[in-house]
Amino acid sequence: MSKKIGDVILDLQNISLRFGGVKALTDISFNVREHEIRAIIGPNGAGKSSMLNVINGVYHPQEGKIFWHGNERKKMEPHMAAQQNIARTFQNIALFKGMSVLDNIMTGRITKMKANFIEHALWFGRAKKEELEHRKKVEEVIDFLEIQHIRKTPVGRLPYGLQKRVELGRALAAEPSMLLLDEPMAGMNVEEKQDMCRFILDVNDQFGTTIVLIEHDMGVVMDISDRVVVLDYGKKIGDGVPDEVKNNEDVIKAYLGAGH
Amino acid sequence: MLYREAGQFKTSYAADQQLFPIRQDRIGLVLLLAVAFFGIPLFASEYWFSAILIPFLIFALAALGLNILTGYAGQLSLGTAAFMAVGAYAAYNFQLRVEGMPILVSFICAGLTAAGVGILFGLPSLRIKGFYLAVATLAAQFFIVWCLTKFPWLSNNSSSGVISAHNINILGYAFDTPRDKYLLVLAIVALMALAAKNMVRSSTGRAWMAVRDMDVAASVIGIRLMHTKLLAFAVSSFYCGVAGALYAYCYLGSVEPDGFSLDMSFRILFMVIVGGVGSILGSFLGAGFILLLPIFLDITLPFVADLFGLPFSSATVSHIQIMVFGALIMFFLIVEPHGLARLWQIAKEKLRLWPFPH
Repeated sequence: MSKKIGDVILDLQNISLRFGGVKALTDISFNVREHEIRAIIGPNGAGKSSMLNVINGVYHPQEGKIFWHGNERKKMEPHMAAQQNIARTFQNIALFKGMSVLDNIMTGRITKMKANFIEHALWFGRAKKEELEHRKKVEEVIDFLEIQHIRKTPVGRLPYGLQKRVELGRALAAEPSMLLLDEPMAGMNVEEKQDMCRFILDVNDQFGTTIVLIEHDMGVVMDISDRVVVLDYGKKIGDGVPDEVKNNEDVIKAYLGAGH
Repeated sequence: MLYREAGQFKTSYAADQQLFPIRQDRIGLVLLLAVAFFGIPLFASEYWFSAILIPFLIFALAALGLNILTGYAGQLSLGTAAFMAVGAYAAYNFQLRVEGMPILVSFICAGLTAAGVGILFGLPSLRIKGFYLAVATLAAQFFIVWCLTKFPWLSNNSSSGVISAHNINILGYAFDTPRDKYLLVLAIVALMALAAKNMVRSSTGRAWMAVRDMDVAASVIGIRLMHTKLLAFAVSSFYCGVAGALYAYCYLGSVEPDGFSLDMSFRILFMVIVGGVGSILGSFLGAGFILLLPIFLDITLPFVADLFGLPFSSATVSHIQIMVFGALIMFFLIVEPHGLARLWQIAKEKLRLWPFPH
């Protein structure tokens, strides 16, 4: 591949996360390099989503350190991840059901909008200018994802595949440097998956966005990701380029079962 | 439909994002405002002003306030009447104790006081949701009414906390007839409705709706939940506070704490539910519906009873009113949770295609 993979931008060291007595993650270390597509795979309940939640500050690990661009990250609130340019999508679609596609994607840019509510109420000062400027950016995202025709539709009325696409749009609208995708292709048919792969690769290619991706479709994972980390029961059992991982004994055992 | 948006192409984002993108809607609104400001004052009788139009506008403003909190930001509140009481008593005290304060400034200060109290009682929303929050706001309802009765200073030592509104005088012009008061209320309500519309179509409103629809996703996007929820409480209470001040000064003239009862909070909540949760237009439709229905029943029920030769008393009318309200609330919650505003929208969509729906 011609694209340049840069330095490590996110480094997780010895992360452990517990919910009461349940160990969700145990001593996991891995890193993410700039501009790469990094996949996290593993059987159900392996701790993949917990891992993403740790990365963007929804969960706070009891042990371990997280370095973001070389600086150790203190305990953070979810909204701070957005300020650090980390965006994500959810496993179960987490769109704002009562709002139109346009408003959902506009909401993705909310941290970049500075006008306060008084300016909004009086439609004065930065309010109008910002709405128009950000609308332009949002329209670029809408063009990129080819959803111009549903711009004004309430998202609740859209089919599943399109909702997933709108959710990706909302994340992209924030112009993130790192994008976390939690099963972006779950429940899609082959065509929808192809579209989604194309969008993910294009985002990575055109905008240089680093992507961390959880996905169960092994064909997709092995095709599009640069490096793969494998979790099982909250532990890391494999890490490397797709070919390495494919031939890793532990990974094969975890997926196919060992002859006990 | 009388009109369609066919042929109106938008060539800029500014044109696409204006308040009323369809030209006929804009004309309609201008006509409506013209009738409200110039037409009605020419023809309406005193009864119409003081018994129907003024309370309609004031309750629409209160419903709008509650709709911002419940409909847009998703925080259920049962303390609306209490926040109105704060507004009414704050306006009274500002007028009484600050020498020469213009009445409009007192109304704004009344709104701000209510906003402060609203933030205070909104604090539980940071930890609890839904019904539990409703119970917490119920505390506001009882506490504030108790407070206003308990501390005579707030009502200038009048017996049982009754306050009498001062005369309204703006720039030397005395607003003392019902027609003048109607025009004053109308102007204030129109401006505040415009401000509300502007807020909900910009990122303030989007943050509220995001918190309402999916709070985890909202916080991951970068919305600060605490700030957003408390802002909704503040803005909502500001609207209720101004509505309360108008209620005392332009509608009743004298009010007592017990007038701002839980019953009134529920009435305003019904207006929001029947009119349309999360709709500015719905607040007006709901207020009109809930206020006019009793009057409508008062007039029609005796006729119906006569028709069947049934005995009829005025107590029956009020019982039937309660039954009809109950039935309507259930009907709307089950059949059309988005209320009259949504029905109006559906009607428009159907009529756009009529008479060729396929």
